Amino acid sequence: MKTPMIASGLILAAGAALADDPVLTVYTYDSFVSDWGPGPAIEAAFEETCGCDLQFVAAGDGAALLSRVRLEGPTTEADIVLGLDTNLTAAARESGLFAAHGIAPQGLTLPIEWTDSDFLPFDWGYFAFVHGTDLDAPDNFPELAASDARIVIQDPRSSTPGLGLLLWVKAAHGDAAEGIWSDLADNIVTVTPGWSEAYGLYLEGEADMVLSYTTSPAYHLIAEEDTSHTAAAFDEGHYMQVEVAGMIQGTDQPELAQAFLEFMISPAFQSVIPTTNWMYPAALSATDLPDGFDTLIAPEKALLYDDEEAAAARDEALAEWLSALSQ
Amino acid sequence: MAERAQPVNLADGIGVAVAALVLLAVMGPLGAVLWRAESFSGLGPADWAAVRFTIGQALLSAALSVGLAIPVARALARRRFPGRGILISLMGAPFILPVIVAVLGLLAVFGRRGAASEILGFFGLPPIEVYGLHGVVLAHVFFNLPLAVRLILQGWLAIPVERFRLGATLGFTASDVARHMERPMLRAVCPGAFLVIFLICTTSFSVALMLGGGPRATTVELAIYQAFRFDFDLARAALLGLVQVAICVVAGLMVVWIAVPHAAGTGLDRPLERWDRSGTVARVSDWIAICGAALFLLLPLGAIFVRGVGGLFDMPGLIYAAALRSVLLSLATATVAVALSVPMALLIARGRARGLFETIGALSIAVSPLVVGTGLFVILRPFVSPSGSALPVTGLVNALAALPFILRALVPAIEQAERGYGKLARSLDMSGWHYGRHVILPRIRRPLGFGAGLAAALSMGDLGVITLFAAPQQGTLPLEMFRLMGAYRMEEAQAAALLLLALSLGLFWIFDRGGRIHAAT
Repeated sequence: MKTPMIASGLILAAGAALADDPVLTVYTYDSFVSDWGPGPAIEAAFEETCGCDLQFVAAGDGAALLSRVRLEGPTTEADIVLGLDTNLTAAARESGLFAAHGIAPQGLTLPIEWTDSDFLPFDWGYFAFVHGTDLDAPDNFPELAASDARIVIQDPRSSTPGLGLLLWVKAAHGDAAEGIWSDLADNIVTVTPGWSEAYGLYLEGEADMVLSYTTSPAYHLIAEEDTSHTAAAFDEGHYMQVEVAGMIQGTDQPELAQAFLEFMISPAFQSVIPTTNWMYPAALSATDLPDGFDTLIAPEKALLYDDEEAAAARDEALAEWLSALSQ
Repeated sequence: MAERAQPVNLADGIGVAVAALVLLAVMGPLGAVLWRAESFSGLGPADWAAVRFTIGQALLSAALSVGLAIPVARALARRRFPGRGILISLMGAPFILPVIVAVLGLLAVFGRRGAASEILGFFGLPPIEVYGLHGVVLAHVFFNLPLAVRLILQGWLAIPVERFRLGATLGFTASDVARHMERPMLRAVCPGAFLVIFLICTTSFSVALMLGGGPRATTVELAIYQAFRFDFDLARAALLGLVQVAICVVAGLMVVWIAVPHAAGTGLDRPLERWDRSGTVARVSDWIAICGAALFLLLPLGAIFVRGVGGLFDMPGLIYAAALRSVLLSLATATVAVALSVPMALLIARGRARGLFETIGALSIAVSPLVVGTGLFVILRPFVSPSGSALPVTGLVNALAALPFILRALVPAIEQAERGYGKLARSLDMSGWHYGRHVILPRIRRPLGFGAGLAAALSMGDLGVITLFAAPQQGTLPLEMFRLMGAYRMEEAQAAALLLLALSLGLFWIFDRGGRIHAAT
């Protein structure tokens, strides 16, 4: 998920409903519904079979999306909220706004087991530092900190990848995390509000490496035929981002909402994800991925806090991050 | 002497109504956010650190912007050269750019691979390290120097040419001119310019974080984002919004206290001519100021042009649709902004409860767009369809946000016209419509055109409230540009940025020019 921070507000929307078809309202993050995101293709595919009008409402990024739903409370027009990640699901569950999905998902291809009864995954990725192929990349955080590589990262307070990095360092290094951040301080060129700004600075040559995803080089390779970007494999393992969707408790379209969630982990939805969202689909076998995805680095170890752990870890991790980088 | 009461009261009434609307539009949403909050929390030490950093960098940025603008405005007032008009128009550009575009333009000059670093490298020197407090201030000066130049230049051009002629007759030296004419004018104009720039800089967030180099550069606005997104602590967000209001009130009152209205006297509205510009020192310093400012402001714009021009005619169709939507929106914004600002400027210029109204007029840029947008969302959601109200709400909020800038341009001009012609007009029993039409309007044409242009251009570049309200298919140009960036399409985004720049400048130029018809300057 790479949505501009600045656009992360709380977007009201939904166009006019068609005459007779029931309307399914899906709240999602902004880049999902843009013309370059998965939204348009997915809307067309679902409407072919559902006999309904699927309407997307865009709201900034994942965190802004959750704020929007919490702000609206039980009166929300949303039937489905799509685009939260596992760092947000604890707060989402706690809000009491979401219902159990009631689906036994088949054919999930996540590198981890999925047991959540409220939220279903639709895509996932590994956070990674993307860099030019001419850089002799470090193999882990201590090496990165010892090197003179210049990196640009996102602020965890305003960006979901930024929060992912925070939890990555915490999951890999535990109590030593604050020390890692102190050592990294002189490598960090700057901290941006969101993913777009950071990636822009990297492409402008302001930094040697940028926090993004292992799948980012696939965009350059497939869309631009540019082989000069790659991602650094870290031997501590890579923290995952798993993006999920959930059904709103008070939805007036429970059957339709459930049908959408089932559609979400079917090939018609999943095959759209790789070259629009530039993430790994959550239920599509590796052989069905587009050419080019086989060139990406495959981390040996996947790191992920479950949502309770993430919720418990993040405030302390943020405090450590702030104190290490504010000196 | 009893002044004619009737028309004055009507005009005042409209002015007060506009002020009330502004107050309601800012404080209402703030209250709504507070009301919606489920729990109450105070501000922590990190919040206060953010407040200190915010005020510090804003003071520095505003002081430098205004300080550097003075020699540039003086030079532009004294010199005539081919391309002067274009230079003045182009200088409006940084102010209206979306932050990320301007930052990338700045980095093309001052970044690690920027032109300035290349030149340093040629002499074997290390590249510029732009990230830090100095980077924040650099960017804020880049954004706001042109605004300060225009506001101060306005003041210079408002000094009647007859004064300069009198000065020349009396054998005034440059320092005599400065003491008797220029400094009193600056004393009247600069505090207001300082106020608006200070306030814009206090709501800065992206610039501060990106060029500030990390969490050391945490501003109040970032703390508000954190409260909304990271903590979902609405009470804290609203409290931080109140802190912004407090900063605005204190700054506004200080400015009114410092500013001394300027009595430049009245002339015959003849084109400006100067008799004090032949000295070598004056000439050299003027050209240094003009060339320095032009290079500083135009090089980054040139970089934006170079990067974007390749893809300009190769963009997806929806970019053009978004561009059209943005142009229409900004025309509507400019109309509303002018309609709101004139009565309020008349009210402020009359000097009644001046501090109060000046402060209210500045509030709309002092308070976080995120707080205002969220509050409006909470207020409006039960009553109107959000997507249907997206464009009207955006237009109104943008018009309110442009209000302080138009007021800054209008108030001094109206004050001067009132002082110069008010008594004469009243002795001729001229009032109401005729007074406005024949006395005030011709004298505020220039600032009005400038203000309307600024409102239109600001609205073009705005990425604030539309993101809170728009349906996916209603994206404005800046929003679509950001979506392109978010989809890795940096080149197309740069082309969209150039289109945005060109359209904003075009709108600004048309209004600005319209205000200067028949003017020799």
